[in-house]
Amino acid sequence: MSEVLIAGKAVQVNEEGYLTDMEQWDEAVACEIAEELNIVLGPKHMEVIHYLRQQCQTGKTLNIRRIGKSGVVDIKSFYKLFPGGPLKNASKIAGIPKPASCI
Amino acid sequence: MENVAVRTAPEVKKKEKHPVEKVLIICARGTLEDVYAALVMANGALMEGMEAKLFFTFFGLEAIRKGHSDQLHTATVGNPAFMPKVPTMLAGLPGFEALASHMMKREMDKLDIPPVSEFFEIIEASGGEVYACKLAADMFHLEKEDFIPEVKDIITVGDMYALAEGPSTQIVFI
Repeated sequence: MSEVLIAGKAVQVNEEGYLTDMEQWDEAVACEIAEELNIVLGPKHMEVIHYLRQQCQTGKTLNIRRIGKSGVVDIKSFYKLFPGGPLKNASKIAGIPKPASCI
Repeated sequence: MENVAVRTAPEVKKKEKHPVEKVLIICARGTLEDVYAALVMANGALMEGMEAKLFFTFFGLEAIRKGHSDQLHTATVGNPAFMPKVPTMLAGLPGFEALASHMMKREMDKLDIPPVSEFFEIIEASGGEVYACKLAADMFHLEKEDFIPEVKDIITVGDMYALAEGPSTQIVFI
């Protein structure tokens, strides 16, 4: 775990760059993490990110199937919004832990 | 001045990482657990940002046949890891296999593992591709319309290898 400066804010991240405290997150932090992943965040991205954070807060495990059924985003669009590993990347941007799900 | 050979530390060669970029998963079996293994691996690859292609052949075709996808069973006879204390004779009683398969599916549902047909929908929506083997389809007298809509094409073994094109592809056989 180390402290890094993201969007002018000191935040704790793990060795893979995931925030270890989701309370240290804000939208500016999200934009900068997304930029590193070559993703420019739009309103739809934000909607998905806030949904993921809310799910994480209620202690639910995230997986592709559940996201597809959430009504927030369908699977195809989810892959388009966060290319190159959607659940992984979206979680990183959302400031929540890397999903430990096999499905 | 004494000529001393200066020993420099041997250059440590940095290991270059070559992550897998694509998987081609061949499924030749039609039992519940084998089909799920193929689906979970394909979906897992897509979730990691890799490409995934699925090729079904022989009894694996059962997984992609219309109306058959969600009827797959797990073998209770000839499967020593399945309920080791149950005698084989008992495991062969009518209905036993159906019951065991039903129970397995129920446990899977608890873990949010989708039914086979839905898993194919997810894989297709995620950019994965599903193919059927031409030779096996001919053998079982199956045409394109006999398969679920996610099946992109019926292809030859040569076409299958073409799908694996690229330096960072892994082929997995189930």
